Amino acid sequence: MSELFRRLRYLLNRRRFDRELASEMEAHREMAARDGGKPFGNALRLREEARDAWGWTWIDCLFQDLRYACRVLRKSPGFTFVVILSLTLGIGANTAIFQILNAVRLRNLPVSSPRQLAEVKIVGGNGAVGLHDEYGELTRPIWEEIRRDHPAFSAVFAWSAQLVLVGEGSASQLAKGILVSDDFFHALGVNAWRGRVLNSGDEHACPESAAMVSYPYWQSKMGGREIGARTKLLINGKLKQIVGVTPRSFFGLAVGERFGIALPFCRSTELRRDVFDVSVMGRLRPGWSLPAASAQLSAQSPGIMAATKIKGYSARSIESYGKFRLSAYSASTGVSDLRRAYDSSLWLLFAITGLVLLIACANLANLMLARAGVREREFAVRLALGAARNRLLRQLLVESCLLAAIGAALGLGLAELLSRVLVVSLSTEDNPVALPMGTDWRVLLFAASIAALTCIVFGVAPAIRASGADPVTSMKSGGRGMTASRERFSLQRAMVVIQISVSLVLLVGALLFVRSFHNLMTENLGMRAQSIVLGRIAFQKSNVPPGHIAQFKRELLDDVRAIPGVRNAAITTNVPLLGGTESDGVTVGRVEGSSMFTWVSPSYFQTMGIPLLAGRNFNENDTGTSRRVVVVNQTFAHRFLNGVNPIGRTLRTSPMPNYPSTVCEIVGVIPDTKYNSVRGATPPMAFGPDSQFPSQHPWTAMLIHSDLPPTIVIDSVKDRIGQKHPEILSRYQIFEAKIQDGLVRERLMAMLSGFFGLLAALLAAVGLYGVIGYIITRRRNEIGIRLALGANSGQVIGMVMREAGALLIAGLLIGLALSLAAGRGASSLLFGLKSYDPFTLALAIGLLVAIGALSSLLPAFRASKLDPMAALRCD
Amino acid sequence: MPKLQMPSGALMLLVLRVLRSGPLHGYAIAQRIHVLSSEILRVEEGALYPALQKILLKGWVTSEWGLSETNRRVRFYRLTSAGRKQLEAELSSYERIHKAIQAVLRTA
Repeated sequence: MSELFRRLRYLLNRRRFDRELASEMEAHREMAARDGGKPFGNALRLREEARDAWGWTWIDCLFQDLRYACRVLRKSPGFTFVVILSLTLGIGANTAIFQILNAVRLRNLPVSSPRQLAEVKIVGGNGAVGLHDEYGELTRPIWEEIRRDHPAFSAVFAWSAQLVLVGEGSASQLAKGILVSDDFFHALGVNAWRGRVLNSGDEHACPESAAMVSYPYWQSKMGGREIGARTKLLINGKLKQIVGVTPRSFFGLAVGERFGIALPFCRSTELRRDVFDVSVMGRLRPGWSLPAASAQLSAQSPGIMAATKIKGYSARSIESYGKFRLSAYSASTGVSDLRRAYDSSLWLLFAITGLVLLIACANLANLMLARAGVREREFAVRLALGAARNRLLRQLLVESCLLAAIGAALGLGLAELLSRVLVVSLSTEDNPVALPMGTDWRVLLFAASIAALTCIVFGVAPAIRASGADPVTSMKSGGRGMTASRERFSLQRAMVVIQISVSLVLLVGALLFVRSFHNLMTENLGMRAQSIVLGRIAFQKSNVPPGHIAQFKRELLDDVRAIPGVRNAAITTNVPLLGGTESDGVTVGRVEGSSMFTWVSPSYFQTMGIPLLAGRNFNENDTGTSRRVVVVNQTFAHRFLNGVNPIGRTLRTSPMPNYPSTVCEIVGVIPDTKYNSVRGATPPMAFGPDSQFPSQHPWTAMLIHSDLPPTIVIDSVKDRIGQKHPEILSRYQIFEAKIQDGLVRERLMAMLSGFFGLLAALLAAVGLYGVIGYIITRRRNEIGIRLALGANSGQVIGMVMREAGALLIAGLLIGLALSLAAGRGASSLLFGLKSYDPFTLALAIGLLVAIGALSSLLPAFRASKLDPMAALRCD
Repeated sequence: MPKLQMPSGALMLLVLRVLRSGPLHGYAIAQRIHVLSSEILRVEEGALYPALQKILLKGWVTSEWGLSETNRRVRFYRLTSAGRKQLEAELSSYERIHKAIQAVLRTA
C-alpha cells in the first residue's frame, strides 16, 4: 500500500479519521489527568496540528474560504452583480473572438492525421500567367504530372471548387460543389456516412456519372432519405447517381465554406494548360518533412513545367511559366479565403476586446480597492484575533477567483451566442460563411486562463494591500482619516491613468475604422451605383451558334431596353466592383505593360453614367469585321501615352489562348472609374465593343438602369426574357447592395470597434468618477475645513478638477504614444486616411477630455456643496 | 527538571523502538518513553500525535481499536514489517552517528 494511496484513503474517510483522532486524544487527556498531569494546550489546535501530517488541511481551508466568500458576496449583491456582469461581458467578448480565430485559423481539418497534409503550390504564386479559379493553385496537366511521380507523398489528391446547378429550369438552384480526384477521400481518410465514397472507378471519361452529397445537403435538400440505386440528382443538366453521403463533420478543405456536392474529375481529352483551377495536396510519407518534400518538388519542377508548357502566350509569359518552382506547404488547417480576408481584422478585434477587458479589470481592481478600504476594520479585527496574514490574503484571492470563475462560466455561454452572431454578420447572400464553432479544449483553456489572468489583475493588488494593513492603526483611524495617505491612492491613480490611455487607443482605433468605412461608402466610384440592377443571364439551352452569340445578346439587350421604366441597359463581360478581373499585356509604341480589358455594349457608358472625356463612343459601325477599336481610361492614357493625345493611337495586345494578338485603335477616353474593388487604385483599363469580343460565351452580365424599385425591375425583366426565351436561366441582384456586401469586413470593423471604443471610454469615465469620488470622500474633512475657513465652491471645484486633470493628461499622453505605435498594425485595414490621422487623434482626445471632465465635474460639484459642519462632524 | 524539546525525527525513532516489544496506545507510548528515560523525556500530546500520524502515513505502524487497562476505548499501534525495517535502519545510522560524535568528543 503506497503512501499516496493511504493519503487518498484518509481524504475519503476524513470525517471518521477525525472523529477517531479526537476520541483518542480525549482518552489521552483523561489518562494524563488521572495520573496527575495537567491538561495542556488547546485541544482543537493540537488536533489540527496532528491532522496536518496527512497534508489535506488546505482543502478544509479552501472550503472554508469558499463558503465565506459566498457569504460575503451574497451580502453585497450590488457589488457582486456589477463585477460578474463586467467579467461576463469582458470574458465573453474575448472568448467569442477567440472561438472564431480558433475555427478559422487554429483548428485542424476534420480528417485523419491532418498534420501530415501538405499542399503543393508554386513559390510566389502563379503571377499573371493564365486564368485563376478560387483556391486554384495548379493546372490539371501539372496535377497529372505530380500524380505520376510523387516520392515525398504516400498519397496525393487534387480538388477544385465550383458552383454547380442542381435541378431543371426555373426550379434549379446553385450549390457549392467540389471536384475531386479519385484518391481524394481515401487519402484524407474520410469515410462515407452513408453509401460509399468516390473512388478510382468514378474518375473516367467526361461526363462524370457519380456524385456524393454532404451531410447538411443530404439533410436539407434531400430530406435525409436513404441512399439507394435510384437516388439521382440532375447536376449541371446531367443525371448523376448519388453514391454516398460524407460525414457530418466534413465540410471540405476550405475553412469557412461548406460544400454541398462532390463530383469526380472527369478525364477530358483536352485539358487546358493555362487554367489554374486545382489545389493539389498530399500526405507526407513517414520520415519526410516539409523542407525535404519542397526540395524534392523543386528538383522535379523543371521537368514538370517542360512537360506541361503553355501555348499561345507571349514569349515572356512562356518563359516565366518554365521557371515556376513547386514547393510543399502545411495544409493541416486547410485553405481559406475567409482566413485571408479576415486574418488581420480578427487579430485586431482580439486585441481590442483584450484591451476592453483590461479596462474593465482596472475598474474592478479599483472597486476591490475601495471595498478593501471599507473592510479595513474587518481585517484589522481578524488580524488582531490571530488570523494569519497569508490566510487573509488567500481568503481575498479566493473571493476574486470565485468571481472570475463565475464570470468565465457565464462568459463562455455568452461567447457561444456572440460568435454565432458574428459569423452570421460576416455572411452575405453569395458568400454564406459556415464555420463549425463549438467549444473545444482550446476555447476552454483560453477562457480558463483569461479568467485566471483577470483574477490576478483585479484581485492580487487589492488583496496584498488589504492583508498588509496594520491592525493597530486601522482600528485607531477606523475610516476617520484626516487626510488619507498619498500612497494609498497611488495604485488607484495608476489604474485610472492606464484606463484613460488604453481607452484613448481604442477610441482612436474606433474613429479610424468608422471614418475609413465612411470614406469607402462615400468614395467616388466614377460611375453610377444607385438604381442599377445586375442580371446574369445564361442561354446555353438556347443553342445559339457561336457566330450569332453577339447578335443574340444584342437582341436580348434591345428587349430589356424596350421595357417601360428601364432608362438604359448595357451588357458587359466584366461587372465592375464585384471582384472579377480580366487583363492582358499591352504595347503602345515603345511602352509595354498590362491593362484590364472589358467588352461592353455602346450603351454601357451612358447606363453607368460615365462621361466621355475625348473622342467617341462605340456605335453600330463597330462590328465584328470592322477595325478593332477601344476606349481607354485616364490612367491608361497617362501610363502608356504620357501627355500625348491618345485618340487615333494604336495598341497591340499580347496573345492569349482564344485571344490572338490584336491591334486596336484608341477612339475615346473616359475618366478613371473603380475597377474590381472600392478599395483598390484604378488600373489602366481598356473597353472594347462587345461585337468585337473575341471569345463569345453563351452567357452575359447585364446592367439595367431604372428609377423603379429594383424588385419591380427584376420582375419585368424576368417576364420579358421569359416570354421569348423560357429556356434562359437568369439571376438578378441589386448592384449597390452587392458592392456593400463587398464591404462587410469594413462595416463589421467599424461597428465592433466603434462599440468597443465607446464602451472603453464609458468604462474609463466610470473609473475616473469612482476614483475622484473616492478621493473626495477620503478628503472630506479637509474640504470641510477649507470651506469653513472661507474657501468658495469655485476653489473646491478647481482643486478637485486639478486632480482629475492631472490624471487625464497623464493618461492622454501615454495613450497618444500607444495609439501612434498601435496604429501601424491597423494601417492595412484603413482606407483614405493614415493611422496617425491628426483629425482623428484630436477628435478622440477631445471626446475623452469631455467625458473625463463630465465624470469628474459631478463629484467635484457635490464636494463644493458640502456642508462644512456636517463634513467635520461626520465620522 | 527542565523540559527537553526533542527533534521530531528522534521522537519517531523512540516511538518505533517502544513499539517493537508489542502494540501500545498513545498514552502508554508517552508513559513508556517517560519511564524508560528515567523521567527525563516527557512526550507532549502536541508532539506525539502529529508524529503518530506521520508514522501511520508512512505505513510503519497500523492501528486498531481496543480497550485500555482502564477500560477506555483507545487505539493501539502495532509495528509493521516496514516499520521494523525502518527502525533497524534508523538505529544503525543512529549508532554510527553516535559513535562518530563520541569519537570526536573523546579525542578532540
